[in-house]
Amino acid sequence: MSQTENQLLPTGHARIDSLTMSGIVKRFPGVLAADEIDFDVRSGEIHALLGENGAGKSTLMKMLYGLYHPDEGEIRINDAPTIIKSPIDAIQHGIGMIHQHFMLVPSLTVAENIALGMKSSRGFQLDLDVVSQRVLELSDIYNLKVDPHLPIWQLAVGEQQRVEILRALYKGAALLILDEPTAVLTPQEVDGLFRILNQLAADGHGLVFISHKLHEVLEISHRVTVLRDGRRVNTIPTSQATRPKLAEMMVGRPVLLEYEKNPLQARDDRLALQDVSALSNRGTTGLDAVSLQLRGGEIVGIAGVSGNGQQELAQCITGLREVTAGSVTVDGSDVTNAPPAALHAIGLSYIPEERMIDGVIKEFSVAENYVLQDHGHPKYTTARIFMLFNKIRQACRRAIQQFEIKTPSTETLVKSLSGGNIQKLVLARELSRDPGVLIAAQPTRGVDIGATEYIHKQLLEERDKGTAILLISEDLDEIRALSDRIAVMYEGRIVGEVVNDNVDVEQLGLLMTGGV
Amino acid sequence: MGLDDIFTASVFASAIRLATPYIFAALGETFAQRSGVLNLGVDGIMLMGAFGGFYAVHLAQTAGVMAEPLGLLMGVLVALIVGGLMGLAMAFVSVTLKAKQGISGIGVYLFGLGLSELLFQQWVGTPKSVAGFPRISFPILTDIPILGEIFFHHNLLVYVAFALVPLSAFVLNRTTFGLMIRAVGQNPEAADAMGVSVARVRYATTTIGGMLAGLAGASLSIALINLFQQNLTAGQGFIAVALVYFGGWRPLAVAAGAMLFSFVNALQLQIKVIGADIPSEFAVMAPYVITIIALVFATKRQEQPTALTKPYERGE
Repeated sequence: MSQTENQLLPTGHARIDSLTMSGIVKRFPGVLAADEIDFDVRSGEIHALLGENGAGKSTLMKMLYGLYHPDEGEIRINDAPTIIKSPIDAIQHGIGMIHQHFMLVPSLTVAENIALGMKSSRGFQLDLDVVSQRVLELSDIYNLKVDPHLPIWQLAVGEQQRVEILRALYKGAALLILDEPTAVLTPQEVDGLFRILNQLAADGHGLVFISHKLHEVLEISHRVTVLRDGRRVNTIPTSQATRPKLAEMMVGRPVLLEYEKNPLQARDDRLALQDVSALSNRGTTGLDAVSLQLRGGEIVGIAGVSGNGQQELAQCITGLREVTAGSVTVDGSDVTNAPPAALHAIGLSYIPEERMIDGVIKEFSVAENYVLQDHGHPKYTTARIFMLFNKIRQACRRAIQQFEIKTPSTETLVKSLSGGNIQKLVLARELSRDPGVLIAAQPTRGVDIGATEYIHKQLLEERDKGTAILLISEDLDEIRALSDRIAVMYEGRIVGEVVNDNVDVEQLGLLMTGGV
Repeated sequence: MGLDDIFTASVFASAIRLATPYIFAALGETFAQRSGVLNLGVDGIMLMGAFGGFYAVHLAQTAGVMAEPLGLLMGVLVALIVGGLMGLAMAFVSVTLKAKQGISGIGVYLFGLGLSELLFQQWVGTPKSVAGFPRISFPILTDIPILGEIFFHHNLLVYVAFALVPLSAFVLNRTTFGLMIRAVGQNPEAADAMGVSVARVRYATTTIGGMLAGLAGASLSIALINLFQQNLTAGQGFIAVALVYFGGWRPLAVAAGAMLFSFVNALQLQIKVIGADIPSEFAVMAPYVITIIALVFATKRQEQPTALTKPYERGE
């Protein structure tokens, strides 16, 4: 084999032996998003980039992909200083990016999505047959099975991700940046992705794996770089890393990763669903005869891939979606299709999935959001009409202190707070009402590790106080860490329920995808 | 009076003629909407195109400086340019300035309505007619009984309009430009990430839409009616926008909708002509009522551009 052949990837494109970013600085108005960051990737390596939201991971990688331009610092590809002006420029240099939200057009076919933005071999006329042929070749080489003629919307999430990877390879990517690629995948799909990534590395590609999930970083990467507040904390070989060590590097202080759970002290049934059915937004079956019992003092986790009825379930319980059949009972009284206000009155609290839409009014102040349901409560009003803003602010200040919400004042608009702090505010509001039943949907999605730890601890405390908690989450780790029982939803049904005691993850994953 | 009196060959022939401006305007609007721009100003652009085309032909014919076909082609050219410029203005407001498309479209409409009237009064004054595009007689074909009258005795612009239908479908579905249009209208982030300039594509489609709307106007003022007057289009541009929804953003279906609408329109004209005992107001309303009913049943379809009316901004 000659020297040059050695340097080529199986796609026929050149390798990137090394890519170095040194002293990278990026300023945004009022923020130093990247502060002299050094980072490098080599051919054949999976380099994990770890950090909280806002630590600078995405900013750094967007500079590598030409979406942002560094204010200071240098990027070298194979030792040659390189300026990357745009994504097209990045692609020409052999850099590909797999975005967290797939950059695919749902109504177009796989081949059309890949042909988009590329020169056609037939001038202005599309050459989809040529593209399809090449896609099939690449599918063979990398074992990425995809039918080029199917429209994207017919593909499962994992398959869509494969299309993204195929497209990057098609365009000659030697270095692949993967932005939180496992966020939307089931455990089986994650396994499949990791096999692909390992093969890509073995074939000489360089990979940057952006994540905030510690165990994944430990499993897949060769080296790991941790960022915090726009600065590089350190780069270490993964073999020398442990979960507590990485978490501490990320957050800047030791973090609790495993919770000490008090033994289950289940009390009476508080929430009961009997054969509850409901329609989805599209008018199809959203919930299909779901039955569920929730006792005081226990957390029941609802696991499942997004869009399998979890949202409908939460809305049916909280009075936000019409129950078409079956019954919902709280503390023995039938509350099927009761209005939300009546449900609040009997002690039902709800942490909604879309906190920015259903949880808060982002143009309102912290204090106003704190009393969204209780603004008419006697303790905050005179004659239930005139609001006593001093009392409201007082109560809000106490909550801010107790829940460690970082906000300049009670009058700050909620939209200027970080995701973690907004979620703490929602949690503070819902728990301030001393609920008997708490529905928590994706309570820590998009929330940093520090706030996640805090929210988890609060949920466990609430459980020990005797509240019945329904935890709906796509994050299996969260479900397993907190739940006493786990129910799996698939296509609007509960397809399995297990006591959370050495649960087999593979088993859960199979249930989540309708297997078994 | 029987059905024979209503469904005559001339009714079919006039349906085809009446469909011409709708086809031009609706095809242009299809391009714009497929890329995510809802241009509600079509009617105003049609008026400007109608006036521009009419005025060019009027000048050429009164001054006698140009041979007849050349003067008419001049008119078409002016209509295309005027329409294109108005489309460009719409693109600037909605793509570069990211204004609300519904509002800016109404602005473009009112601008075209007012300016075409003002210029007409300043430069022309009283309604005058011009010698428009003549009907073409084909050897043999035109003489076929019935079919000859229906299909082979129209002016040039009618044939251009119908030829544009398959051409538009080809451009949208089979070319790289069409792929970019569809991508930009469905998921502009994805198109941007693939190196497609969202702004450039939307500028192009909105300008093409404007040119075709201008041509639609000219097809009225120098081929169908052969005159200009205040508010000549009488809302045909809005019908064209509705036809795009009706046809589900597919050129062939959009043109079919234009045909259906024009056919009902031609029928009501014929009913008036033969003096049927139906209040003529009902007959005039019929095409619009049928369009509204059809729109209600035209539910969300795959081709619906999900980014329609949404200005694109790069994330974060």
